[in-house]
Amino acid sequence: MSEEKGALTVPQEEQALAPRQSRVKAFLIKFLSRKTAVAAACFIILLVIVAFLAPVLQPFDPATPDYDAILSPPNAKHLFGTDEYGRDILSRLLAGSRLSLSVSLSSVTLGAGLGAVLGILAGYYGGWLDSLIMRTADVLLAFPDILLAIAIVAVIGPGLSNVIIAVAVFSIPSFARIMRSSTLTVKQSLYVEAARSLGATNRSIMWKHIFPGTVASIIVNFTMRIGTAILAAASLSFLGFGAKPTEPDWGAMLSTGRNYLGVAPHIVYFSGGIIFLTVLAFNLLGDGLRDTLDPKIQ
Amino acid sequence: MAEVLLEVNHLRTEFKKRKGKVTAIDDVSFHIDKGEIVGLVGESGCGKSVTSLSIMRLLRDTPGEITNGTVLLGGKNLLELSDKEMHAFQGKQMAMIFQEPMTSLNPVMRVKDQIVEAIRLHLDMDQAQALQHTEKMLTQVGIPDVQQVMNSYPHQLSGGMSQRVMIAMAMSCYPELLIADEPTTALDVTIQAQILDLMRELNQKNGMSILLITHDLGVVAEMCSRVIVMYAGRIVEQADVETLFAHPRNPYTQGLLASLPRLGQHVDMLPSIPGTVPDLANMPAGCKFAPRCKYAMDICTKEEPKLVDMEKPGCKCRCWLVEQQMKGEGKA
Repeated sequence: MSEEKGALTVPQEEQALAPRQSRVKAFLIKFLSRKTAVAAACFIILLVIVAFLAPVLQPFDPATPDYDAILSPPNAKHLFGTDEYGRDILSRLLAGSRLSLSVSLSSVTLGAGLGAVLGILAGYYGGWLDSLIMRTADVLLAFPDILLAIAIVAVIGPGLSNVIIAVAVFSIPSFARIMRSSTLTVKQSLYVEAARSLGATNRSIMWKHIFPGTVASIIVNFTMRIGTAILAAASLSFLGFGAKPTEPDWGAMLSTGRNYLGVAPHIVYFSGGIIFLTVLAFNLLGDGLRDTLDPKIQ
Repeated sequence: MAEVLLEVNHLRTEFKKRKGKVTAIDDVSFHIDKGEIVGLVGESGCGKSVTSLSIMRLLRDTPGEITNGTVLLGGKNLLELSDKEMHAFQGKQMAMIFQEPMTSLNPVMRVKDQIVEAIRLHLDMDQAQALQHTEKMLTQVGIPDVQQVMNSYPHQLSGGMSQRVMIAMAMSCYPELLIADEPTTALDVTIQAQILDLMRELNQKNGMSILLITHDLGVVAEMCSRVIVMYAGRIVEQADVETLFAHPRNPYTQGLLASLPRLGQHVDMLPSIPGTVPDLANMPAGCKFAPRCKYAMDICTKEEPKLVDMEKPGCKCRCWLVEQQMKGEGKA
C-alpha cells in the first residue's frame, strides 16, 4: 500500500456520531444525586485535608505532656480535653488522622495491588494456577479478618509497618476474587479475541485490555476496604499490636482511654467517635459508588 | 497457476466436553491463492468460525483443540509454531475482522491507541511514526474526519465506522491474508455494501487474499472467485463461483441455492431444506446430510463419501450420488 493511492469516500450519514456526554460528567451527575454518599465524600475530603494540614492545625504538640492539666475535660483551652499525661486530645486526633489514613490507604493499596495481580492471573490462565490461587484465597477468607491480622502480627511482630502488612494480607483474597470474576467476563469479550488475532501478547492483553475493564469493579471494594482497614488497624493498636502508646493512633488512644473510662470518658468518646465517623464515611461512600457504578441500579 | 498462499490439509478440531469429545470440523482441506477472495459458506453451526479460529490458532480460551492436519501459510506449518512465533504471525501475516464491530474494539481505549498498539507489535516504528501510520490507514479505509475518530472512544462511533476502524487495524501491518468472519452481518444493507466495496478495493490494490466467511450467498456471488460450502463440519462442495451458482452438484448446495429468494420470480413460500443440522455429539454415520437429503441412498447412511475432484479443475464435491453419476458418465 502506498500513500498516493487515494482515500475512499464515505457518504455523510456514516460519519462519526457527535461525541456523547462524557462519562465523567454522567458519573458525577449520578453520584451527586446521592446525598449520603456526597456527605461521606465531603467528610473524607475534609479528613484528608486535615491530615495534610495537621501540623499547622493542631493547637498543641500532640506528644508534649502538660502535667498541670491531666485528664481535664473539654474546656476553652483544650477543646476536646486532655489525656492521662495532659496531652491535648484534639491535637492527637488531628495527628492521628495522618497515621490512620496512611496506614489504611497503604495497606489496602498493597492488598488491592497484589489481589488484582493474582486475580487477573488466575482468571486469565485458569487451570492449576487458578485452583492454587483461589483455594489459597478461600483458606484466607475462612478466617475472620481480625483474627487473621492478629495471627500475622503475632508471627511477624508488632509495629505499624507490620500492621500494614497484616491488613494488606487479609485484603488480598477479596480483591483477588473480584478481579478473577471480572477477568473471566472480560476475557470472553470480542475485543480481547480481536487483540489476540492481531498478535498481542498475553501480558499486553492482560494489562491493556482486561485490566482497565475490571477497574470499576474493584473501586467499590477499595473504598469499603479502607473502612475495614482503619477498624482493623485501630483494633490491632487497641490490642497493643500496632502503634506504640506514645504514637497518636486512634486505636491506641481508645485503648489507653479505656483505663480512665470512669474519670475521663471524653478520651474514649472522641477517639471512638472519630473512628466510627471515618469508617462510616468510607462505607457510605463505597455504597454510593456501588450504586452509581452499577448500571442496573438507577 | 497463481501462487498458493494458504493451504489447509485435513484439519480436524475437536471440542472437549464433559463426556468425551465432539468433532467440530473434520477433514477440512482447501487452499487460497495470493490475491484471491474465497468465500466460506454454510449455515450456523457448520464450523465456519471454528475453521477460521483454528487457522488463526485462537482456540486458546475454548475447549477446542486441533487434533489433525496442517495449516501452511507461505509454506510454513502454523500448527507447529510456538506461541511466541505465532504471535509474530498473527496480525503481521494474517489478520482477522469480526462479526460485531461494535464489540471488537476495546471500549476503554481510544481508537488511535488501539491501532498504534497493533502497529507497534509488528512494525519497527516509534510512537510518532505509528501515529502517522494510523492516520494513513484510517484515511485509506475512507474515514472522513480522521483526527476526530482517532481521538474517539469506540462507543462514539457507528457500526460502519467501527468496522472501518477494525479493517484499518487489521490492515495496518499489511497482512497477506485477511480472514473476515461475517464482517457485514451486524451492519445494515447500505453500510454492508460500502464495507464490501472497501474490502474488494483493498484486495485489488494490495493483492491481499481474503477468506470471507458468511452465510449470505448474495455476498459470495458479488465478492468471491471461489466458494467453499461447509455442512456439519465438513467441506461438501468447492467450486469457482460461476460453476457453483450455475451448476451446484451437492444436494445440500442445491437446497441452499433453491432457498434463496429471486427477483422476478413470484413464489408464495420459499423452498427450504427439511430437518435441522445434526447434533455434533450425535452425528449420523455415513453422509452427514443423508437424513435431510431427498436423494439419500443406502450407501449414504453407511459410509461417508469423500471429497472428490469433479471434471472441472478446482471443483470438488462430497456426495455418493455425484460420485456415481461421474462413474456412470466415465463408463458411457
